[in-house]
Amino acid sequence: MKKQGRQNAVVSSRKNKYRRGLSGLALIALSTGCANQSISVLDPAGPVGREQLSLIKLSTGIMTFVVLVVAILYLYVVIRYRERPGQENDQIPEQVEGNKKLEVLWTVVPILLLVILAIPTIATTFHQAKKPEEANTVRVHVTAYQYWWAFDYPELDITTANEVHIPVGRPIELMMKSHDVIHAFWVPSLGGKQDVNPGRTDRLVLQADKPGIFEGKCTELCGASHALMNFRVIAHPAKEFDQWVASQKNPVSTPTTKTGTDGQKWVGQNCIGCHAIENAGYRIKGKTGPNLTAFSKRTRIAGVLDNNEQNLKAWLKDTQGIKPGNRMPAFDHLTNEQIDAITQYLLQLK
Amino acid sequence: MATLVILIVVALFLTAILTGGYNERYLERVRQNWLWEWITTVDHKKIGILYLMAGGFFFTVGGLEALLIRIQLMFPNGKFIIGDTFNQLLSMHGTTMIFLVSLPLLFGLMNVIVPLQIGARDVAFPFINSLGFWLYFVGGLTLNLSWIFGGAPDAGWTSYATLALNEFSPGPGVNYYVLGLQIAGFGTLMSGINFLVTIINMRAPGMSYLRMPLFTWTSFVTSALILFAFPPLTAGMFMMMFDRLFETSFFATSGGGNSVIWQHIFWIFGHPEVYILVLPAFGVFSDVISTFSRKRLFGYHSMVFAVVLIGFLGFMVWVHHMFTVGLGAIANTIFAIATMAIAVPTGIKVFNWLFTMWGGRIRFTTAMLFAAGFIVVFVMGGVTGVMLSVVPADLQFHDSYFVVAHFHYVLIGGTILGFFAGLYYWWPKIFGSLLDEKWGRWHFWIFYLGMHLTFFPQHFLGLFGMPRRVFTYEAGYNLEMNNLLSSLGAFLMTAGMLIFLFNVVRTLTKGKKAPGDPWDGRSLEWSIPSPPPVYNFLQTPKVRGLDPWWLEKREGNDQMPVAEPLGPIHMPSPNHLPFLMSLSFFVSGIGFVFHSLAVGFMGLVGVVITLYMRSFEEDHGYHLIPEELEKEAKS
Repeated sequence: MKKQGRQNAVVSSRKNKYRRGLSGLALIALSTGCANQSISVLDPAGPVGREQLSLIKLSTGIMTFVVLVVAILYLYVVIRYRERPGQENDQIPEQVEGNKKLEVLWTVVPILLLVILAIPTIATTFHQAKKPEEANTVRVHVTAYQYWWAFDYPELDITTANEVHIPVGRPIELMMKSHDVIHAFWVPSLGGKQDVNPGRTDRLVLQADKPGIFEGKCTELCGASHALMNFRVIAHPAKEFDQWVASQKNPVSTPTTKTGTDGQKWVGQNCIGCHAIENAGYRIKGKTGPNLTAFSKRTRIAGVLDNNEQNLKAWLKDTQGIKPGNRMPAFDHLTNEQIDAITQYLLQLK
Repeated sequence: MATLVILIVVALFLTAILTGGYNERYLERVRQNWLWEWITTVDHKKIGILYLMAGGFFFTVGGLEALLIRIQLMFPNGKFIIGDTFNQLLSMHGTTMIFLVSLPLLFGLMNVIVPLQIGARDVAFPFINSLGFWLYFVGGLTLNLSWIFGGAPDAGWTSYATLALNEFSPGPGVNYYVLGLQIAGFGTLMSGINFLVTIINMRAPGMSYLRMPLFTWTSFVTSALILFAFPPLTAGMFMMMFDRLFETSFFATSGGGNSVIWQHIFWIFGHPEVYILVLPAFGVFSDVISTFSRKRLFGYHSMVFAVVLIGFLGFMVWVHHMFTVGLGAIANTIFAIATMAIAVPTGIKVFNWLFTMWGGRIRFTTAMLFAAGFIVVFVMGGVTGVMLSVVPADLQFHDSYFVVAHFHYVLIGGTILGFFAGLYYWWPKIFGSLLDEKWGRWHFWIFYLGMHLTFFPQHFLGLFGMPRRVFTYEAGYNLEMNNLLSSLGAFLMTAGMLIFLFNVVRTLTKGKKAPGDPWDGRSLEWSIPSPPPVYNFLQTPKVRGLDPWWLEKREGNDQMPVAEPLGPIHMPSPNHLPFLMSLSFFVSGIGFVFHSLAVGFMGLVGVVITLYMRSFEEDHGYHLIPEELEKEAKS
């Protein structure tokens, strides 16, 4: 798999920001090389993630202080009071019972440190639990399936899968349901994290401050391909987002080539029981697999492969090898021509 | 079922042919076999050794699982072990290390040492002690048989419903987990109760609560935690078993159940479990640090207070494992604050340990190296624990590698280093020989560096966005270097363990014989020979203060004052019923794993029969006559 985000124009500006973010975290700066950071918690791209990062910094600061105090005391004690050769038969050290003042000191100081930590913790927790302003909010319904994500925009009447497009600068209210087991929704750069429990609706509000592709992951063990249950949040400036919405509402699903037309037929015979493609002339549309409308605009296949012809063919022939345990059978009974046709058709869906 | 009946009949015939019907001499030969002696033993020291051996065996298994996991994650897009097989490895690694390794190893030390430290001849219920061990052992066996019969549990050591239910984990996998842990859990609960009663009732005269060594104190609090934490686990396991075997819907959302309830029940057990594992280690460190600093423990009273407080608070914080479930801001903050509160007593302990060493004369034996190494690791693991309690920050940390790093720092730093400190410290008392110090040092340094190399980079993996329990990660997200370091660390830890094994084998074959008090010890166990005679104390000692043996030595006495005249010593008889009873549980467990109710209930009938036999057994043990013992000692 290629290093996808590198070509991204956003990355270079983000890298600078990342460096600035790090200045407070000397500990961490020591151990990192520099590479693509687009899934890092340390590189937030929205208010939620930023507030969380500032708490991470505050707690790291306090805790580093504690570790340093203990470490200095420890090193002093270990070096100063070690038994040196020849001391074996010296006098026994004085048997001290304790020291009330010292013991009170190391009870009270930690309590104070914890109070300093607890106040912003409580404040941020309640602040982040607040509902965003209704009018400005974009609502997205999320359904988690074993190893893929469905995204519906109830107010816009759009459905997509594994990639959710959002406008920059507006709060996104995610209403999440699970189709099967417990999953968890995590976009490290925007802020985390919410379990998606079967039998109830869970809620998470995120916001992106700048355009870019933000990687998302499932973080609750959900079965064989838990590791591969990736998705992407793609943030656009307001205008671009409106364009995307318009294009999704009127998708181009008519093939332009002869092979494409063949492909449309084979898709109808093989895929449409599970997948749906809008505007493509199919009367029955499956709902158990990801919606494939405007498939060519997706950056990835199944959340794990870059979207190109070669990968798509590989996916059709060996779904289990690429994503073990997923619900899509391998379509290795199709001839190469049929696979070619299906691939071409899918890559013409705009 | 028919096959089973035939098998049983054949087995009975074979037994009849071999024994000649009922052959007294054959039975006599069995009774004199060394294996039979170990199977039927009710001596707390031998049971302790059994715990150590079984724990060591499972440690090897769990360690190999960990190594395979790290090999798969060494490079991005690895293809060595993926999908469900990887999930089986990680589930079994977690389950094994928590239930079959950490706890039994500490139980091993507790079994041998606690009665000696309080000046008792035995535990309160020797029969139950043996039963506790065998139940734990067959429970562990049930779990690990899943590797042989195929389909090990693969829903994580937490086995969250709904993933762990039939609908999404068909096959026997999770059944092994549910039944193995139930059986092992019974054993643990029994041992816990046994230790509680032993420590309350069997202390030597003068050994008041505030004169007990810290290891006994922590064992006491741990046992109390077991008493309150294991019943919820058993209840949860039963409900899960009913959901899986009899299609009830406690947790199955499709039938109107609630999967979040499982998480509550599991963590109401699971959080105290962490303290069950780490408190005895605190006790070991307290004893080891004071012995090798040649000082009494600094702030003994505040140490005891801190242990009890940690035990209490341990029950108040389970929701911090569930901040992302969506329980609401109020619940989350309440549990966040309770969690932060635990840092206070823990801090008290750390500073008390430092000031015990302050002004002392520290001898860096291997045991002390492990104890000193622990302080660093544990402080690091502890502070990341506080960081995890900061709710909004935890929403980022949760289920990421940061958490993996945190709990390995706590559990290896606390429990495993604690176990090794205790093992090097008490090895002469348990086995009567001294572990080699030079190899011990190699073991410590390689294992210790390996541990840091494995788990320190995992903090960054979490912050860089790597979720836990994933079998692979993509290249290009800055995860490669830290994963590689972490895997290399795992190899280093393995090397450390191999050195330890070598040391053990060497010591057992040609170790130096240990004197009764090789370390200039402070508590009662050092006042008797190594290894202790079967009756521990010829005469019950009289305790005159904290660190009783140290006190007597400073006053120039070379043995403890006695609290009773020399007289016959009562000993319990060996008994084979605990083994048979556990075997019946094992049969029953395996039956239920494979949905064979007939075999399952047949095993339970076996349990009832052995219970019946035990109830009407008239064996009051035997007496050792001191004159004969002395004669024996002379010859």
